[in-house]
Amino acid sequence: MAQKKFVVGCFDEEKVLFPAVKQVRTAGYKIKDVYTPFAVHGLDHALGMRETSLHTAGFIYGITGTATAVSAISWIFTKDWPLNIGGKPHFALPAWIPIIFELTVLFAAVGMVMTFCWLCQLAPGVKKHHFHKRATDDLFVMVIECTDKTNTDDLLAFLKSNGAIETDVQVAEEEWWFGTYDKEDDLYNTKQVAL
Amino acid sequence: MHIKYESQLREPLVYGEKNFHQVTEDILRPIEVKPSRLWYIGFFIAVALLLFGVFSLYREVTYGIGQWNLNKTIGWGWDITNFVWWVGIGHAGTLISAVLLLFRQGWRTGVNRAAEAMTIFAVMCAGQFPIFHMGRVWLAFFIMPYPNSRGPLWVNFNSPLLWDVFAISTYFTVSLLFWYSGLLPDLATVRDRAFTKLRQKLYGIASFGWTGSTKHWQRHESLSLVLAGLSTPLVLSVHTIVSFDFATSVIPGWHTTIFPPYFVAGAIFSGFAMVQSLLIVVRKVFGLTDYITIGHIDLMNKVIVLTGSIVGIAYLTELFMGWYSQNKYEGYTFWYSRAYLFSPYGWSYWGMMACNVLSPQIFWSRKMRRNVFVTFFMSIIVNIGMWFERFVIIVTSLYRDYLPSSWSVYYSPSIYEVGFYLGTFGLFFTCFFLFAKYFPVIAVAEIKYVLKRSGESFKPEFEKLEAEPLDKFVHDNAHAH
Repeated sequence: MAQKKFVVGCFDEEKVLFPAVKQVRTAGYKIKDVYTPFAVHGLDHALGMRETSLHTAGFIYGITGTATAVSAISWIFTKDWPLNIGGKPHFALPAWIPIIFELTVLFAAVGMVMTFCWLCQLAPGVKKHHFHKRATDDLFVMVIECTDKTNTDDLLAFLKSNGAIETDVQVAEEEWWFGTYDKEDDLYNTKQVAL
Repeated sequence: MHIKYESQLREPLVYGEKNFHQVTEDILRPIEVKPSRLWYIGFFIAVALLLFGVFSLYREVTYGIGQWNLNKTIGWGWDITNFVWWVGIGHAGTLISAVLLLFRQGWRTGVNRAAEAMTIFAVMCAGQFPIFHMGRVWLAFFIMPYPNSRGPLWVNFNSPLLWDVFAISTYFTVSLLFWYSGLLPDLATVRDRAFTKLRQKLYGIASFGWTGSTKHWQRHESLSLVLAGLSTPLVLSVHTIVSFDFATSVIPGWHTTIFPPYFVAGAIFSGFAMVQSLLIVVRKVFGLTDYITIGHIDLMNKVIVLTGSIVGIAYLTELFMGWYSQNKYEGYTFWYSRAYLFSPYGWSYWGMMACNVLSPQIFWSRKMRRNVFVTFFMSIIVNIGMWFERFVIIVTSLYRDYLPSSWSVYYSPSIYEVGFYLGTFGLFFTCFFLFAKYFPVIAVAEIKYVLKRSGESFKPEFEKLEAEPLDKFVHDNAHAH
């Protein structure tokens, strides 16, 4: 796992953030990510991300649930142990609709949540570098990846001129890890929070 | 007031002028301070009730179902009444979070988190009743279909009782996933504000390492939307299936096609009443009146009067059909066992009518809908009424069946039956007190999302919009979505 150098710019308004994202991208910098306290609609497109396919995965899981229910129940009731219930048909599809539906929903929901956690690499105990404490409170934190050619001073000034209220340079681990937080990742009340 | 056109109908979703940080502070304050004395008192009462419930169950498990006053024809008494009652209550949360999300109702954000939590706890309580009603509870795993050494002896997939097993367990799982995935960003907010190492560690574990990355938010939105789309038919299916437990039988008073919609409406009705009871207290105690506003209470009361009236129509339809069908058993059940005030259980039918159909009609008045005390009182009344409804359906249909020789004696519960019910109250409130102490009761991130789209924070934006010529506005916005 590699440590990399990042330039961080914090914005406090959506309407400043969007033009800034555009400027930074036009200038050719590579935005690693923008960390926001809530879902900012349209930001994913502004960053040039493609649509997520999570819902397609959900559909596939749902169909899997349907197939599981239909095949399991029909095998059990027609092959494995055909039970005579008042002479009614063994293959009683209408009576199975509730369970087929429930399993469809169950598979889709569980599958999607697990896929979501896998894609976003979220799990209990997972630690990631936090570029700014207030990214989950009230700041939109833009993180730009530095290359050998990046002039950090220029970039910091560029971010400031585009409305960033705070900027800094951080060397950070990109990936997640298990264990403890960094020692510079100190507690909330020990850090001066400008309001 | 600077803007020319201000809606008189649409109220702001959040009162007062707030910024994002203020929202965080306001909502997270209750979980960052020491709990009040009131919290401890409430919590200990809840735990005491829970312990009494555990004792009642100990009696039931050790000595058998005979500890309850169920008898030959009343095989379902308080326990199944309580089961249906709790499941019904468990419907509001998912309705608020899923159906209102699909209908783009912004007001859901103030109440969805607490309502979802309530749903999960209510379903947990509901599940206890059928499980312990099995009698030999240690064999409860027999309801799971898996290849076993008993034949293999499979469960009956054609039985509504098994549909219920699947429906309730799926509903619980999906509600839990929906609730917890929505909580992740807010738990991350708590983690990043932690003032002790322990809090940072525990909320760090609980928040799964959420960072707020744009890509994660994009997937999160997609996940919420699809889960909402799945939960909407799910929430309707669950109470439909619960109603099938009755409707597919041949008992007069149960054997009706009206049951599914009637049960679903009743479930939403009682669920919203429970949400009102809880949130009216929570908003006051936690000082969240700017977020759970009178407007929210007003809107939920509208849902209550609507669903209460649907339930009322269902009652009247049943009475009508009891006569119109010319089936003497149906007629006897509806017109004697239920609607005749001086029959043994006539009091419960009229109690139900008074609580569920007549009293909610006061919510046609705007003044009453916006009165916190009336709402709180009514929310309790509605829940009593909905409990009576299930009691009426179950007991009045069972206590006199086709043969007068097997008519049962008057049924009243034993102390352990009541104790079991009180125990589930204990479980519910123990969970709710812990939730209110350790989790944000309002969805912080979602409030931040609606903050700039409604109320004071929206006004400066709107002033500019108003000043623009209409043509330009249309040109700018016509292709926005």
